Amino acid sequence: MPTMNMLQAINNALDIAMGEDEKVLCFGEDVGSFGGVFRATSHLQEKYGRARCFNTPLVEQGIIGFANGLAAQGSVPVAEIQFADYIFPAFDQIVNETAKFRYRSGDLFNVGGLTIRAPYGGGISGGLYHSQSPEAYFAHTPGLKVVVPRDPYQAKGLLLAAIRDPDPVIFFEPKRLYRAAVGEVPEEDYQLPIGEAEVTKEGTDVTLVGWGAQMEVIDRAVELAEKDGISCEVIDLRSLLPWDVDTVAESVFKTGRLVITHEAPRTGGFAGEIAAAVQERCFLYLESPIARVTGLDTPFPLTLEKEYLPDHLKIVEAIRESVNF
Amino acid sequence: MTTTADIHEPTFLAGDEFSIPTFRLLKQDGTLYEGAKAPELDKDQALAIYHAMVATRVLDERMLAAQRQGRLSFYMQCTGEEAAVVGATAALDDADMIMAQYREQGALIYRGFTFDEFMNQLFGNELDYGKGRQMPIHYGSRKLHYMTISSPLATQIPQATGYAYGQKLAGDGQCTAVFFGEGAASEGDFHAALNMAAVHEAPVIFFCRNNGYAISTPSIEQFAADGVAPRAFGYRMHVIRVDGNDILAVYSATQEARRIAVEHNQPVLIEAMSYRLAAHSSSDDPSGYRSKKEEEAWREKDPILRMQRWLDDLGWWSDDEEKALQESLRREVLETMKRAEKRPPPPLDSLITDVYADVTPELQRQLDALKRHIRQYPEAYPKGARALDSDVRAGDDTAAKGEK
Repeated sequence: MPTMNMLQAINNALDIAMGEDEKVLCFGEDVGSFGGVFRATSHLQEKYGRARCFNTPLVEQGIIGFANGLAAQGSVPVAEIQFADYIFPAFDQIVNETAKFRYRSGDLFNVGGLTIRAPYGGGISGGLYHSQSPEAYFAHTPGLKVVVPRDPYQAKGLLLAAIRDPDPVIFFEPKRLYRAAVGEVPEEDYQLPIGEAEVTKEGTDVTLVGWGAQMEVIDRAVELAEKDGISCEVIDLRSLLPWDVDTVAESVFKTGRLVITHEAPRTGGFAGEIAAAVQERCFLYLESPIARVTGLDTPFPLTLEKEYLPDHLKIVEAIRESVNF
Repeated sequence: MTTTADIHEPTFLAGDEFSIPTFRLLKQDGTLYEGAKAPELDKDQALAIYHAMVATRVLDERMLAAQRQGRLSFYMQCTGEEAAVVGATAALDDADMIMAQYREQGALIYRGFTFDEFMNQLFGNELDYGKGRQMPIHYGSRKLHYMTISSPLATQIPQATGYAYGQKLAGDGQCTAVFFGEGAASEGDFHAALNMAAVHEAPVIFFCRNNGYAISTPSIEQFAADGVAPRAFGYRMHVIRVDGNDILAVYSATQEARRIAVEHNQPVLIEAMSYRLAAHSSSDDPSGYRSKKEEEAWREKDPILRMQRWLDDLGWWSDDEEKALQESLRREVLETMKRAEKRPPPPLDSLITDVYADVTPELQRQLDALKRHIRQYPEAYPKGARALDSDVRAGDDTAAKGEK
């Protein structure tokens, strides 16, 4: 099985999707001959032509408005927003249009073919505007699906599923891992399920839930915790909307403890939603308060990034506190 | 990239160099301007256009009255702009996509949307294609290639660019026409859409209804430039300004715009100069921001009257026919309204369908909880919503539902 980094896996997924269906189009700022600022769309224009893989003008609301129209027409657009930090000019098109297209027309029209790709997250010295994790804004919008992969294998399988999904999907890519995450990825076509979490490690004392780049951080924390004799169960949520409450609740019934982590600020972050849903289901099974390890309620910092990030040490402390409550 | 000559003194341009004329064919008395050539329209086509314009006027009058009687929550009239909307639609191919703003019911009438279909949407009953989810006037029809209306202004404009780009790739010779007001043209989406259409060579017709007002804001407070038309130059796009109350000019301009769009994959901007004779909506009262005198001046430029005089001169239309048409339309509006009012609302289950292609487990749980609650307090909720199971309807109608 070949080894790929996350960018290669994403590029490979786009190549497969464009190769099998001529209705699949890839576009965005610098996406054409340059192949995107991160090179996720490398060589796609050469292979499939300028009509199907192209640069757009620098206008995010236009990119998503254009993509909504294409999807309504029956095309399968994969629109790239260069950084998730710059998705906000398109917020109206996504929240008021993409998300409501099917519902408001009584299913006469839909934009289910649309996939929006956007690199998100910190750890690259990107400061306020190249580091944000805006997933919670979109997870608050019925009609959207929100997916975040953790490694190259997941990225390929989830992206292919997103492109073929009958509903619009926002696909947030952990850019810190674009080249850092390397793993075995099958050459052939495969899909991973949207809306299903994955238990990546079984354990009995405490459940850890995260997504995207945070999964690698969780793994490092778990390594430390297990040296202390704490058995950890790890869940990658993979989809934030819809999210797999059943898998998480099932795990908490067993462990009685839950630690949730994300890079985004704490207040209004998606960990709050998970905590609320889990206490509704598992109240009598909980042995300790549900813990959140998150970014601070500040804009994303630059020089103090390392201090800001919810790293493995903060997570392992939360695990210990939960177990020793 | 720019391709301009060098100059060596600072010389500023203000855009006044662009003087955009207004295309007119038909005078208010129903005769053609000297040297003007009417587009080729046979009697049947001309009468179909006229019929749609009159039907729009009658529907609007009756439904505003119904709103005033409290039978309808909200309404928006097209009054004064019927020629702009119907004339443009008539010049399109019936399979071209129309993305409207909200005041273009004439386009639907021209394409054959029935009064029953209008009423079902206006009353949000169980036969509404939109399943009672949107406010009145948010029509849509897949079979008539008319995109469902959404309230946010200008969002449809870049969507039209994308839709048209898809049509170009599909190679089926269709284009998209998108309607919007001169107020909505201030939104960022307008600029994004025109620039992208020019860059990506999309066969789209941007049809601006410049009707003088965005609710109460006059166009003079909307932009400092000479209308919306000059913006086309900034995107290198074909543009024409047309008398929006002149059915022949609108038809002719749109026909030519469509040819440019489809044959050359070039977008076109049309600015139709007109006037919103009615209020912005049933919630608006124009007496607070404009004079009766101003309205009267425009009432004399009524586009329907102008076309009627032209038809009279050709011997294609008579007073008797006019009277019969008005009466039959009024009767039909009242009959269809009564039918639609009586129909029950969509079933409660439709609250959670179409959020996604398939209902998610979480949505099903939320609906089940809601049903349990309504069963506990049955008198506290509207009768229609108490049709808790899709096989138990509040009404007894078994007519075929939906158009799909």
